[in-house]
Amino acid sequence: MPPKSQLYLFAALLVAAVASAFSGRMDPYFLDVALGVGISLVLAASLNLINGFTGQFSLGHAGFMAVGAYTSAMVTTVLGPQLGASAAVLQWAVFPASLILGGLLAALAGLAVGAPSLRLKGDYLAIVTLGFGEIIRVILQNVEAVGGARGLVGVPNYTNLFWTFGGAAVTVYVVWGLLNSTYGRGFLAVADDEVAAEAMGLNTTRYKITAFAVGSFFAGVAGGLYAHLKGYLNPSGFDFNKSIEIVVMVILGGMGKHVGVLIAAVLLTVLTEVLRKFGDYRMILYSVLLIVLMLTRPQGLFTWPLWKRKAA
Amino acid sequence: MPLPPLLQLANVTIRFGGLTAVSEVSATVNERELVGLIGPNGAGKTTLFNMVTGVYQPTEGEIRFAGEPTAGLKPFAITQRGIARTFQNIRLFPSLTVFDNVRVAFHLHLAHDAVHSLTRGPKFQREEVELRERTRELLSIFSLERVQDEPAKSLPYGDQRRLEIIRALATRPKLLLLDEPAAGMNPAEKVELMKLIQFIQEKFQLAILLVEHDMKVVMGICQRIHVLEYGRKIAEGTPAEIRANPAVIAAYLGKEHA
Repeated sequence: MPPKSQLYLFAALLVAAVASAFSGRMDPYFLDVALGVGISLVLAASLNLINGFTGQFSLGHAGFMAVGAYTSAMVTTVLGPQLGASAAVLQWAVFPASLILGGLLAALAGLAVGAPSLRLKGDYLAIVTLGFGEIIRVILQNVEAVGGARGLVGVPNYTNLFWTFGGAAVTVYVVWGLLNSTYGRGFLAVADDEVAAEAMGLNTTRYKITAFAVGSFFAGVAGGLYAHLKGYLNPSGFDFNKSIEIVVMVILGGMGKHVGVLIAAVLLTVLTEVLRKFGDYRMILYSVLLIVLMLTRPQGLFTWPLWKRKAA
Repeated sequence: MPLPPLLQLANVTIRFGGLTAVSEVSATVNERELVGLIGPNGAGKTTLFNMVTGVYQPTEGEIRFAGEPTAGLKPFAITQRGIARTFQNIRLFPSLTVFDNVRVAFHLHLAHDAVHSLTRGPKFQREEVELRERTRELLSIFSLERVQDEPAKSLPYGDQRRLEIIRALATRPKLLLLDEPAAGMNPAEKVELMKLIQFIQEKFQLAILLVEHDMKVVMGICQRIHVLEYGRKIAEGTPAEIRANPAVIAAYLGKEHA
């Protein structure tokens, strides 16, 4: 009998598959928003591992997302047609493989940034990761092979409810599973007091790098999903604002709360859609709402024990 | 041939810029020995601790643990070899529960890692159950199991001190370093602490190096005492010898009392 957590994962995957099968009957606008929500869930849950649970401050999540988005899109647009496979094979085999490849490259990027810069703490680490995200964006803008500043067009629309919500379920499972073990409590210990964690024999550098690599992996997967949802990629979509958007989800959800962060991801993604009818005032309203929320709930929106860390 | 001492410091010196904080200190701690390290404020006691635990690297001299030099090892690697410590100003994991504070310290002797946390196979689950049992056992020895689900920061001061010691014990050390465990305690609590330290030493069969300000505590329980002043070792001996040592009296009370 597999543990309960794995049964939940399979149940979630099943629901995503069923929902996906009926997506043809859904309102296209609703479907589009739902897919966007699924991608936000992946992004928020993965950043929560780095910023929330391990207590690091990454502002580069959009950069890792970009690595995954372009990798995955290049696989399906350039390599895909040469395979001569059927559409179904492309969507159900080549696409997921491209997502994983995108995730792996993003994780590599995460390692590359993480390894040297994790000796930095707080603001300094934030600045380095911010710089990294911008470097990625500028590189993409200048590489003609991936469309440069014009962007990458003609990415096939493979993203569906199964891949997004299945991806979200796997992300949540991985983050939850990592943390809910004696090994995984080390992430929380590192966040609480690094000196004490080191004195207890925890290799703090290794924990931080693991968090960065796993978090970046799923950022990359989210990027791949995003690419095949929009059908079009532009480097400016992965700028500093995008990273901030994800950080806000984590903070609003109550840093290091599994469920709270997921709720915040859903709310904020839907909110940007709801505010669309206010046209140019949208971002002003969004910012005002954030300020009000931070003034009234500085500890995060969802801080009651949505996920009590039980001992037994 | 006699066994080498568990911890051996040979002419250990550390300089921070022009300041020599600890100068040519040699000292030993044997297996299952309770040793005190005393000295006036600023004598270099905590600095010495930080060198033994790998926070600082000595500028000169050598530290050996169980016969092996510890030079270049990071703090976590030194803990893995069997030295655990507590801190002068308590450093628990404040937001973790009492239970998790101890549980995380068992990490050193884990067979599972990140991958097993995801596959969660039967072996992983058995180990987790066993660790919970051992954590609970350790907590119950010190009667802290009642508060095991509370966040560590919510404990009263004395319990936080005890929890820090329990957490250090969970790493299964051969040598336990206690940095001023009696700081901030009232006389009654100090008496209890002395009993606790002796109890731990006997129950877990380990060596303890105790940095302490409070003479009563040190004299009461230590088998041997090293005395530091201005970064130099000025005396070593049994409590009785130390009490009668003129250099020690001078260091603590001033020259005219010596």
